[in-house]
This record gives sequence, structure tokens and C-alpha cells, in this order.
Amino acid sequence: MLTLLLILLPIVAGVITLLVGANLAKQVALVGALAELGLALFVWSQFDPAAGVQFGFKYHWLASAGISFAAGLDGISLVLVLLTAFLTPLIILSTFSHSYRNSAAFYSLILFMSAALVGVFTATDAFLFYLFFEAALIPVYFLAAVWGGENRLKVTFKFFIYTMFGSLFMLVALIYLYYQTPGTHTSEITAFYNLQLSAKSQGFIFWAFFVAFAIKMPLFPFHTWQPDTYTEAPTPATMLLSGIMLKMGVYGLIRLLLPIVPLGLQSYGMLAVVLSVIGIIYGSIIAIQQRDMKRLIAYSSFAHVGLMAAGVFAATTNGLQGAMIQMLAHGINVVGLFFVIDIILSRTKTRSLDQLGGITQVAPQLSVYFLIILLGSVALPLTNGFVGEFLLLSSVFAFNGWLGAIAGLTIILGSVYMLRLFQMSMFGPKSKWVEGFQDLTFSEKAVLLPLVIMVLWIGIYPNTFLSISEPAVNNLLQFVGK
Amino acid sequence: MYPIVLLSVLGIVTLFLGFSKSKNILLPAVLLFLAIALAGNFFEWNKGPLLYFYDMFRVDNLTLAFNGIILASAFMIVAISGGFQDNAEAEPAEYYALMLFSLVGAIMMVGFEHLIMLFLGVEILSVAMYVLTGSNKRNLRSNEAALKYFLMGAFATGIMLFGMTLLYGATGSFELSEIQAYVSTTQQAVPSYILYAGLLLLLIGMLFKVSAAPFHFWTPDVYEGAPTIFTTFMSTIVKTAGFAALYRLLSHSFTGVYGFWWLVIAIIAILTLLVGNIGATTQNSFKRMMAYSGISHAGYLLIALTALSKPTQNAIVFYSLAYSLSTIAAFGVLILVSKEKTFEGQPDERYDAFNGLAKKNPFLAFVVTVSMLSLAGIPLTAGFWGKFFVFSSAADRGIIWVPAIAVLMSVVGIYYYFRVIIASYLKEGDIAEIRVAPFYKVILILATVLTIVFGLAPGLLEGIF
Repeated sequence: MLTLLLILLPIVAGVITLLVGANLAKQVALVGALAELGLALFVWSQFDPAAGVQFGFKYHWLASAGISFAAGLDGISLVLVLLTAFLTPLIILSTFSHSYRNSAAFYSLILFMSAALVGVFTATDAFLFYLFFEAALIPVYFLAAVWGGENRLKVTFKFFIYTMFGSLFMLVALIYLYYQTPGTHTSEITAFYNLQLSAKSQGFIFWAFFVAFAIKMPLFPFHTWQPDTYTEAPTPATMLLSGIMLKMGVYGLIRLLLPIVPLGLQSYGMLAVVLSVIGIIYGSIIAIQQRDMKRLIAYSSFAHVGLMAAGVFAATTNGLQGAMIQMLAHGINVVGLFFVIDIILSRTKTRSLDQLGGITQVAPQLSVYFLIILLGSVALPLTNGFVGEFLLLSSVFAFNGWLGAIAGLTIILGSVYMLRLFQMSMFGPKSKWVEGFQDLTFSEKAVLLPLVIMVLWIGIYPNTFLSISEPAVNNLLQFVGK
Repeated sequence: MYPIVLLSVLGIVTLFLGFSKSKNILLPAVLLFLAIALAGNFFEWNKGPLLYFYDMFRVDNLTLAFNGIILASAFMIVAISGGFQDNAEAEPAEYYALMLFSLVGAIMMVGFEHLIMLFLGVEILSVAMYVLTGSNKRNLRSNEAALKYFLMGAFATGIMLFGMTLLYGATGSFELSEIQAYVSTTQQAVPSYILYAGLLLLLIGMLFKVSAAPFHFWTPDVYEGAPTIFTTFMSTIVKTAGFAALYRLLSHSFTGVYGFWWLVIAIIAILTLLVGNIGATTQNSFKRMMAYSGISHAGYLLIALTALSKPTQNAIVFYSLAYSLSTIAAFGVLILVSKEKTFEGQPDERYDAFNGLAKKNPFLAFVVTVSMLSLAGIPLTAGFWGKFFVFSSAADRGIIWVPAIAVLMSVVGIYYYFRVIIASYLKEGDIAEIRVAPFYKVILILATVLTIVFGLAPGLLEGIF
């Protein structure tokens, strides 16, 4: 029942936000998101990692067809629900210095989005999963298309069609799987785990899932929508896209692809890892070339998610656990980075590295927060990025030494583009754009401080979160080894 | 059976009502007639299967469900026609009478048990539609559309009749049950090629009526030329009746030669999807886009027919319902919007007519958005479940490549349906506030709410047959 509450609460808060109108929208949305966070923390306190799926519910939806409205939480789900619940209030708070036109709609869309994301992460019925997977797309599409930059119509349209295209393949695969279940058929995800499918059909399903999730994350070569969309979307939407929505893809790999088609993974896993590793290197190299800060982070996100996917496709405990902790870390870091860029943009009116410089001299506090989050992203030991990258790289290395070595370049390339970003914007002579730069306001600190605390917490004691997902990950891996 | 009798009598009554000078009585009277027919239809619910007219007409719950969709759609369409008050040249009594008569034809197509009954139904429906298409007498495009529709339709009917005679020659009967008996016994022992030829010709005639490719060429011109209200009528009622007839024909008589016709239908389905979806992307007129979209939806329905598996029946009923609701809502908004401006001397029916709709008319923008989402098959709308059931019926038969192509095509669909949403919400325009009559509003709300309700609870119709 608690899971249902987790899904419904943001929807109710979103409707209330819509009703109270523009004046109070921000505040009401924030209260709603904080209530969701409180509920998520309460669920965490009641959660027993070893006990499998908990707090579930199930309502018949198409009774005769065995399709039900069913959701519940296991460790993997809980980590991502916590991430969603933690980031949503911060994303809302990060907009407090802006005023968006038609703000009631703006904030309610953020809350609807958050509900759909929680739905994706908790659904235990395959068709419900698909439904939320698609439903998450609509609010963020409107956020980007209505409040985005100049080219928004073209860019968001491409984004929408591209992601829709991928998920429809997943739908066909799910319908096929559904008809393979014995008896009167059921669409429970765990029932799909126990199917005995031929290697050939597993191959088809592997690619159907792969395309769907690879577009969402995105993986090479399905990434062309991503940099433009991240750049054109308003920053809160970019945060939602990169901080949380990207994790839907990784989650899908873990929840559906690995356990349902282990034979498909055996045949094509190598190819998938190679594509992911190409993405890491390719994304990093392009990130090094970027002048626009938002684009730079977009490409860095593309590189990071490549490593997560490579670790997942390697299908080891380390790989999956690394992906889990890296999803948390990446969500926190990328939201922090986009927020810092948004602060710089709103003060200087530019995102171009060529025009910036010397911000440390005028804004020491911002510099400190920025540096900590950035180091987290570079995967310095004792920051959150390190744990994940270490586990992921060890998993890829165990899978194939050469690929592991190539993927390991991410650490070097990552520091190149990130430190370059920091150097060109924060150090050096003070640029004319930086004149009159104000240091952080109270509400900005209120966003950055929790993020920085999390960067250090996960870096120093990752076990808090690793222990949540470990039993669930091991349970899942049994199906991969079948 | 009741609706056939009721509608025939009440259609004549409607013609006589035209003599009365008061135009205001006509619309409520026709709505009342349709409501009576709808009630009469469900009077026989769960009583079937019953046979009438020397076993030529069959009433079972499936017939009644299709009739329900047809009559309810007709009710909604008549309601938004508003009595043709704003058109001085219109002849409302005759239009309404023709609509009621054509419904008789549609119902005969749904419940036929004898091929002659099918032929009669198709003809009654089509002849009425030819006239209604050309009802905008002084408009060149309307005239052209009527002529084109009539010539090609007459030709298709001829082919269909030829197919029926060949079937009679092969099986010795026009009755579905006897054809089925022949197909499952004698045909299995000694295959008759006359039967195959007859079946193909009959299918061609029927596929023409539901505008499947490559028999679709009339559709865009006719849909565009006909007055929008009759375009709505054509795209919902004719299509529903056509698919009900195809389903009955194939499932009651030709399951024995499934191996012969399934690939034919599958290829036509794919061709239809390609033509409909790719054709729609190049249009600038909303109305023409809806014509191509109608072709593409025929393609989806054909996929369900191709499989002819257990979920097929539910898929066709649900899809027809979802499609009819969204189409009525979409055309309902178009009728209002296109009145606002003219383009090249005609009512503006381009996408651009929707620019900036949401600013002053959030209600209409919302209605058209929900209907486009449903036609595109986005989850939480009825259209999604329609597609879901269609793909399910193919998967149940183990046919995967057909839905895989259909999925690609529905991505193309998203492209052109979203152009309307983008125009309404994201583009700049200067549409003034449009006054929507209360009754009109009720119908639009009804269509939208039902689209969402069936999207949330697709199980509502489950197990009623």
C-alpha cells in the first residue's frame, strides 16, 4: 500500500498545485515534493533488504487477461525511488529565483513526472511498467517544448519521436513474452523470468529491449537526440532528464533485459559492452571539445551512462551494485552541475567557456560547492563517483580485460573535461561578463548543501546504499546464471 | 432487428418532418429517433443468437455491440451537426433521413448471415453516402468527391457482386453457415479455385469500402471534399460497419481456408499502414491528414483480422470504439476551428488553423489533444489499448513481424498527430474565443471523457459477448 501512496502523492500534489494557481504554485509544489521525500524516508526506515518485494499492492486491471495494476519495492527499486524523492524537491527549489510563465502548469508537470518515475521504478507488472515508461515522457516533453530555448520545437519533437520509437519495440517484446507465459497468461515481470525461451527468440527480445533502453539512456549510437534536448530544455527539465529519467533506461536493463533474456545476453552481451565502451570514449572526447557548459555536461552524462551500461551488461554483482550506486551518484552530481551552470548563466547571461573566467575571485562559496560536486563527477576517492566507477570498471575488467582497460580511460578523460570546465570558468583573469557576480543566495545554498552532503556521504560510507540493493541484485543475478 | 425496422420507419417520418416550416423540431426529433433505435438495439441483449428474415439476418451480442457503436456514433454526429442552422442552402430533413437510412444499411452489414444481405447493406449505406458527400451542391470539390466516390464505389460493388456469384457457384449457397460447411469439408478434400477467386473478389469489394490500400485512392479526395460532418460519418460508421462485416465474413465462413487468405490480408494490412502513415506526413490540411489517418487505422484493424485469434473480436470492437470517439472529437473541433478563418476561399482546414488555439480556447485544445493522443496510441487513452489488443491478437497467433512493422508505422503516426498538438499549444496564432453551443460541448466532453475512461479501464467492455 505504501508504494501506491508513493505514486499517488505527487499526482495529488500536482493537481493541488494546478488548482492553487500561479501565486502559490512554487511553494505548494515544494511542500508536495518534501512530503514525498518524507514518505520515501519512512518507507526506507520500514524496509528490510532481505525480504524481497515489499509494500506491494495489486489491483486487477484486465482481470481475464491476467494484467494487473501491481507495484512493490525491492532494494533496486527503493534506491531509485529515494533518488527521485530526494532530487525532486531540490529541482523545484532550484527554480525559486526564476519566474516561469504559467508556473502552476510548470510545477505540476514536474510533480506528474516524478509520479511517473516512481511508477516505473516500482511497477511489478510488465504492462504497468511500460505504461509509466511512456507516461514519464509526456510531462517532460511539455516542460521542454513550452519553456525551452529557441529551437525547442524541433529538438523536443525529435526527442519525443526518438524515445517513443524505442519503447514501442519494448511493447512488442512484452506482448510476445506475455503470450509465452503458461496457462491463461500473466504479465507479472517475475513470471517472465521463469520462461524457457529459445536462444533465437531471446536474441530478438534482447534487441527490442536494447533499443528501447539504449535510446532512453542514451547509448551510442542512439544518442543524437540527447545533447540538443539537454541544451534546449529549461534547466529543471534537463535535471529531470539527466538526473532521473536516464536511470529508467539503466533500471530497465537490470529489471527486464538481464533476467529475461540471459541467452540473448550471452550471444550479444559482448556487442552491447563494446557499444557502451565506444560511447564512453566518444562522449568524453566530444565533451573535451565543448565550449558550451550545458553541452559539455550533456556529453559527460552520455559518457557516464555508457560505463553504467557496460557494467550492467557484464552482469556481475559488482557491475550491478556499481551501477546502482553510480545511478545515485550520477543523479546527484549532474543535478548539482546543471544547477551551478544555471546559477552562472542567470548571473552572467552566458554559458560559453570562452567568455567566462575568474569567478573564484568573486564567488568563493559557489566555487567550493562547484568543486566538490565536480570532483564527485571526476570520481576522486572519498567522493560518490569513485565507488561506482571502481565497481563498474572492475566488472567490465572481469568481463574482458581489453575493454576494461579502454573503459578505464574514462577516469583520465573525465578529469580532463571536468577540470577544464572548472579552470576555464572559475580561474584565470576576471572576464567582463563576471562583473557584479553575486555569491550564493540562501535558497541556492539550500539546494547545493544537501547535494554536497550526499556526495561526501556516499563517497565515505557507500554501504548505507549498497546494502539496500545487494540482496535484490543477487536474487536477480540467479536468473542470469540459469 | 428492432433498429432496422425503427430506423426505416423513422427515416420516412423524418422526411415528412421536413414539410413542417419549423426547423427547430427536426434536430431533437432525429436525436430522439436515434435514442429509440439505440434502446431498441439493446432490447435484444443476451437474448441471442436470433435469426430473422428467413435466416438471413443474425442477432447476437457481437452484432448488438457493433450496432451500439454505430448508433452511438451517429447520435454524437447528429448532435454536433447542429441542425445545419448556419447553412441556408442545406436540406436538413433530407440529410437526416439519408443518415438514418444509411444506418439501416450499416446494421445489415453488421448482422448479415446471407451474402445478399451483405450486398444490400453495403449498397444502402453507400448510396446514401454518395449523396451526402455531394450535398454541398455549389462546391466544386464536394461535387468532384461525390462523383469520384460514386464511380469507384459502384465499380467496387460490381467486383464484390462478382465475387459473391463465384462463391455461389463454388459452394451452392449464399448462407454463411453453408459456405462454412463447404469450406471445412469439400474444399479440404478437393480445393476449388473458383472459391478462392470468389473470396478474393469479395474481399476486394469490402476492402475498398474500408479504404484499405491499394483500394484507397478515393479516400483523401472524398474525405476532403465532403462536408466535414459527413466526413465524420463516413470515417466512423462506414469503417466500423465494414470491419464488422469483414470479421463476420472471415470468422463465420472462411476459417477453413485461413492458410489461403491470411497472408493476403497481412500484406494488404502492411501496405495500408505504409500508405496511410507515410501519406499523412506530407499533408498540410488537417482534414486530408485525417483521411490518411483513417487509412492507417484500417491497417491496424486488418492486423487483427489477419490473426483471427481469440482476442481479435474484442480488439476490433474496442478499436472501432476508440477510433470513433477520437475521430468524432477531432472533427468536432475542426468544424468549429475551420469556421474562424478562410484559406483560398474555403474554410481553413490546414494545421495552421489550429495555431495558438490553447490561448483563448483551452477546452477545445484539450479535446483535440486527447483525441490526437488516442489516435497516436499514447498510453492512458483508449487508442493505446486498441493498438494493444490488435498487437495482442497477432501475437496470440504467433505473428510478430506484422505488429513489428505496425509499431514502426505508429511512430510515424506520432509525427503527424503531434503537429496538431504543437500547433495548438506551442505556436503563435490569433484565434478569438470560439463560442461552443452547450450541447456541442457535452458531446465533445463525452467523447474525451470516454476516451480517457477506456484508457484507464480497458476492461470495462471485457467479457460482454
